[in-house]
Amino acid sequence: MTRETLFNAVLGLGLFAFPLWAWWAEEPFMITLSTRVVILALAGVGLNLALGLGGLVSLGHAAFFGIGGYAMGILASHAQSYTPLMEFPFVIEGTKSMPVIWLVAVVASALAALVIGALSLRTSGVYFIMITLAFGQMLFYFAISWPAYGGEDGLSIYVRNSFPGLNTLDPIQFFLICYAILGAVLLLSARLAASPFGLALNAARQTSERVETVGIRPYRLRLTVFVISGMITGLAGALFADLNRFVSPSMLSWQTSGEIMVFVILGGVARLFGPVAGALLFILLEHVLGGLSEYWHIYLGLLLLGVVLFARGGVIGTLAGQGGKHG
Amino acid sequence: MKLNALVTLASAAVLSAGMAVAEPVKVGMITTLSGGGAGLGVAIRDGFMLALKQSGTTDVEVVVEDDQQKPDVAVQLADKMIQSDKVDILTGIVWSNLAMAVAPAATAQGKIYLSPNAGPSALAGKGCHPYYFNVAWQNDNLHEAAGAYANSAGLKNSFILAPNYPAGHDALAGYKRMYKGDLAGELLTKLGQTDYASELAQIRASGADSVFFFLPGGMGISFLKQYADSGIGLPLVGPAFSFDQDILQAVGDAALGVHNTSQWNKDLDNPANAAFVAAFLAEYGRLPSLYASQGYDTANLLLSAMAKADISDKDAFLAALRAADFDSVRGKFSFGPNQHPIQDIYVRQVVKEGDIYTNKLVGVALEDHSDVYAAECEM
Amino acid sequence: MSFLLLAEQLLNGLQFGVMLFLTAAGLTLVFGVMGLINLAHGSLFMIGAFAAAAVAAASGSFLLAVMASIAAAAAAGVLVEVLVIRRLYARDHLDQVLATFALILIFSEGTRWLFGSFPLFLDIPDYLSGPVTLPGGIDYPLYRLTIIGVGLLVALGLFLLIARTRLGIQIRAGESDREMIAALGVNISRLYTVVFALGAALAGLAGALIGAIQSVQVGMGEPVLILAFVVIVIGGIGSIKGALAGSILVGLTDTLGRALLPGLFGLFMEPADATSIGSALSSMLIYILMAVVLIVRPTGLYGARA
Repeated sequence: MTRETLFNAVLGLGLFAFPLWAWWAEEPFMITLSTRVVILALAGVGLNLALGLGGLVSLGHAAFFGIGGYAMGILASHAQSYTPLMEFPFVIEGTKSMPVIWLVAVVASALAALVIGALSLRTSGVYFIMITLAFGQMLFYFAISWPAYGGEDGLSIYVRNSFPGLNTLDPIQFFLICYAILGAVLLLSARLAASPFGLALNAARQTSERVETVGIRPYRLRLTVFVISGMITGLAGALFADLNRFVSPSMLSWQTSGEIMVFVILGGVARLFGPVAGALLFILLEHVLGGLSEYWHIYLGLLLLGVVLFARGGVIGTLAGQGGKHG
Repeated sequence: MKLNALVTLASAAVLSAGMAVAEPVKVGMITTLSGGGAGLGVAIRDGFMLALKQSGTTDVEVVVEDDQQKPDVAVQLADKMIQSDKVDILTGIVWSNLAMAVAPAATAQGKIYLSPNAGPSALAGKGCHPYYFNVAWQNDNLHEAAGAYANSAGLKNSFILAPNYPAGHDALAGYKRMYKGDLAGELLTKLGQTDYASELAQIRASGADSVFFFLPGGMGISFLKQYADSGIGLPLVGPAFSFDQDILQAVGDAALGVHNTSQWNKDLDNPANAAFVAAFLAEYGRLPSLYASQGYDTANLLLSAMAKADISDKDAFLAALRAADFDSVRGKFSFGPNQHPIQDIYVRQVVKEGDIYTNKLVGVALEDHSDVYAAECEM
Repeated sequence: MSFLLLAEQLLNGLQFGVMLFLTAAGLTLVFGVMGLINLAHGSLFMIGAFAAAAVAAASGSFLLAVMASIAAAAAAGVLVEVLVIRRLYARDHLDQVLATFALILIFSEGTRWLFGSFPLFLDIPDYLSGPVTLPGGIDYPLYRLTIIGVGLLVALGLFLLIARTRLGIQIRAGESDREMIAALGVNISRLYTVVFALGAALAGLAGALIGAIQSVQVGMGEPVLILAFVVIVIGGIGSIKGALAGSILVGLTDTLGRALLPGLFGLFMEPADATSIGSALSSMLIYILMAVVLIVRPTGLYGARA
């Protein structure tokens, strides 16, 4: 696995060095673009836990991404207008503090993932894909027709939320916050995969019966990993909303679920840095191809097709070898 | 350098005498150029570019990018244009939800935003901003005009429907604001819905004498075809969006005779409009749409301000924009206190000219119409 | 609501269900035989509609347009099967999802490149337009009745094809044991191409028939795709019978939800709130239905395997 480790290191350092260079060269948009990659990668890392480690193909992760986004949007909009979120039975005020928002986003996503996961895990395979999609669609239509927080127009926040001791309006400082979170979550994700829990989960993914005979209930393992996965994607949603200073139902759409899944597959399923490589490549393609032609989606489609057909195991699988993890 | 994104308009034309010698103005155009909604963005872009080409100016540099009709992509593009391309002015957005994502942030960063289409109420009322100009209409305007038309046509019992999202709620509220008759029924449909059999059955059973609907894009095409086929046959009233030039050919006979409200039509009798329609047809080989006319007016507004003031003098430039001293293809055009249009809104009827479905003017619905949110705007 | 209106809404629900069946039948067939998740099914639907619009504009004949839609979608189906899909059968669902997602991008923008950004015209032929009066006095569009008829014929045809023909035997055998029928000398590669083309042709037919009363535009396939997936998952993937049952269930739920919910909420709410909440709930209704069905029966109504 040394080649993969080397590749991961290069990727991690490159993603750190590039915005620093952009900062030095006074190209703030390049920092914004890198922040976008980092946040979408984080969402992908969340999905990758369910997908790669748990074998749970969820086409509804936009639900958690959007819940995280709305946690930020709702809290910040109340703080912005100085109206309490709730007055009865006790007063809850809005907030512009990032750590509090993150906490709310993570807890809300965890609760949603617990409910959705508990119900969805009764099914498996393609049925699981579709039932997670169904839950995502329910939230999407709810958000569109719920007038209190903007409906389809979404919610705009005029100033980015604050983090103690840092100026989040400075692109490089906000980037560093997101990068640090991604780093921490990657570390956590690696530890999780290597822990007894991760090993049991991996075994359950391959042969469910074998872990059952040693007295482990795969359902619990899967539900746990699904909740953790939802929490991480929810956190990414809160950061994404803060990056754009905007949240809307499009974060909950099935296309968003699809895109997060594309990051994971593109980079390499079950690879630690797979979502990072996938998100980087996708945003890069979008940025470069978008200027080439009005019909740039055709080229994007052809490239994605090429990756699936000829680069098995995604980018990392191809570059680092050992495609055996996949398929 | 990007192939089509960076369009520098070079021309041999000499600057006209009396024009303030200006430093170039850089315009960022974020609009929808891919996917199902691309037709609207293409029309706005084409109208805008035509005006620049006609003016022969070399002082405008336009960066065009595709927002894919996704709010987060639009935000990212706005960041890019402001931070990287260093544009002075943003424009181009088609959809209200994208405008809400981009415009407040852009104006807060000191960029001027000229809206060629969307006019959400939040930006016309409390959220109005000295740097935000709407060159099309406030979202409620055409619906209000439809309500006024319904009164004058003697319609007394309308059935009204729109999709269940903010612009749909605004549409029904706008119609009801002006309309004085009774309501036979009111429905909010699913956004993106394509089959209206259930709604049509309710309309038929409601005893209505007319139907008002706001269903933009493909929803409107589907509704019109199914309405015609249902044989209900009650008079239809709606805003221009479902009867626009680019869409009518796809609806065909099902739209014939329908009255719709619009601030513009190709047969509006003024020299600027005649020149626009002829030039657009010559340049792109199709008749211009409502959206194209709005893009064209937006560019001409910009050019008129550039002739009076330098972009580096923000206050003077904003004052020049507010003056709206250009020949609008709509004839009369001025800005209200919230920098949204004060204009006449007309009633059009769908007709067939040869093989082409198009609209002809049949009357005026509202004169010098502004919007109800202007009172809430404090600038 | 009067009894007559309720009857008409039931008919509308049935009609919507049959429309869904036309789009879902091909999807479930392809999944059942090859185990392939084809997200590009909606694109084949779109190709059918565009081909029909183009041919109708050139020839003026609706019948010709429908035949063209079937031919064009089937041809596109054969092309992608041979070039792309064939390499995906042995892969897991994830690769199939990504590859067919890529195909959507290519088909959508390719169509826009060919036909432009504006919707196309496709209309019902004169001999099928307008309403007819049904027993009981309901005025119902003839074209919608025709769609019900065609949909039921397609369903019957598929049942007969699978139950009675040699191809049907191979399809059933392929569903239960792929290696075995290959070993028995069936040209499995050709069988797959034929089945995929058949699925594509059904999507194309649906595109032409439904396109005539909807909007023929780029992106028209995606909402259809999601609904078709909902239908086949409720019915049980791979089962034609399930697809038919799922379609009708979804069609009735959606139509009756839209017709009845706002009024139901109006009984104990302000009218404005009732309209808003009722509409919001009715747009979520089919997804709620799907979740409930899967929670109770994890492999759908007629599904045998996970």
